[in-house]
Amino acid sequence: MCGHCGCGSEADTTVLNLETGKKTTMGRDPHEGAQAHGHVHPDGTRHSHPHEHGHDHRDEHDRENLHHGHARADGTSHLQGGHGMLSAEVVALETRILAKNDALAQKNRAWFKGREILALNLVSSPGAGKTSLLERTIRDLSHELRLFVIEGDQATAYDGERIRAAGAPAVQVNTGSGCHLEADMIARGLQELRPSAGSIVMIENVGNLVCPALFDLGEGAKVVILSVAEGDDKPLKYPHMFRAADLMILNKIDLLPQVDFDVSRAIANAAQVNPAITALQLSARTGEGLAGWYAWLRREAAAVGDAVFS
Amino acid sequence: MHELGITSSIVAIVEEAAKGRRVARVTLEVGALSGVMSEAIAFCFDVVTEGTALEGAKLEICEIEGRARCDSCGAEFATDTLFALCPCGSYRLTRLRGEELNVKSIELMEAA
Repeated sequence: MCGHCGCGSEADTTVLNLETGKKTTMGRDPHEGAQAHGHVHPDGTRHSHPHEHGHDHRDEHDRENLHHGHARADGTSHLQGGHGMLSAEVVALETRILAKNDALAQKNRAWFKGREILALNLVSSPGAGKTSLLERTIRDLSHELRLFVIEGDQATAYDGERIRAAGAPAVQVNTGSGCHLEADMIARGLQELRPSAGSIVMIENVGNLVCPALFDLGEGAKVVILSVAEGDDKPLKYPHMFRAADLMILNKIDLLPQVDFDVSRAIANAAQVNPAITALQLSARTGEGLAGWYAWLRREAAAVGDAVFS
Repeated sequence: MHELGITSSIVAIVEEAAKGRRVARVTLEVGALSGVMSEAIAFCFDVVTEGTALEGAKLEICEIEGRARCDSCGAEFATDTLFALCPCGSYRLTRLRGEELNVKSIELMEAA
């Protein structure tokens, strides 16, 4: 499974336990590209391909050629002893490209469910206020709800440290060049975090309104945060994200007098993409509207406990 | 640009299925509503497959148009956006097709 969206590999991904200071680097998927030089043939012989270029791949693999064999880039012929005529074989795969991530996400989901944990995947563009909202939430609710946080960022443990200072156990996942979290990173983060039964795990995704929409982490719900300093047309510009979310939080409403953000238009746009989405308005800075968010959290957390027995 | 990561996943899936054999052709299904651009996968394909069993393989992408049914009036229609409006005025739609993101088939060289 890919661990990156730009150039890079999952080997760049690190998980930092902010409680113990333990830092681990995630392993690379052995099936992932680039490394796979050479291969073993069905007859047990091993080929290595030096990958000389300067020849036209497209022509080389024309169907016609397939039936006559052709010289490989390394100069060996496909017409090998005992094999006779070369033939091509079509294998129907019908495999979903995201199947691996989705399978791991389901494992996470079952893990959460078994422990009656509400897991939320917080997504937004960078700077919308995910971390500030979490800090405030931890300070206000830690006496009644047990909150754990998995922080995702490309680099630095800044946000993880902020969360820890606010009073919640946190694990920082640095994706390196990756622009979203994936299910295996959450599994690894949970191993470090060890959230208690009946708690809430907040997963703060990498700030990005595109890629995180496609990668299920096993969360109970996605919460998209849109600050009023952004445009009210964001739901239409990034429809996949707003469609995947259960809740939209309009943050920084204390700035409304200063910006041209039309709250009702933003909500209508979100509803156009996702008629089932719930919208809340708040300011993590002033505290206005937080009661609605806390009520939503309590309700969802209670529903998780009930769902285990249904 | 998650397409580079998506393309890496395609390579992983195909290499696993090819079990060491060279791959001549990869056929994908990409729906118009999948959130992935075919052009971007094609752009990444040559770079990502370099040095793998897929190097030099032909990439075929079957694009699948989006199709939705209106939950209110039951009308079915083609759409390539996630926020289509039914002629009856409703946004509540069930997507029937267009979210596919699959490796449909591969063509292997060197029969065993």
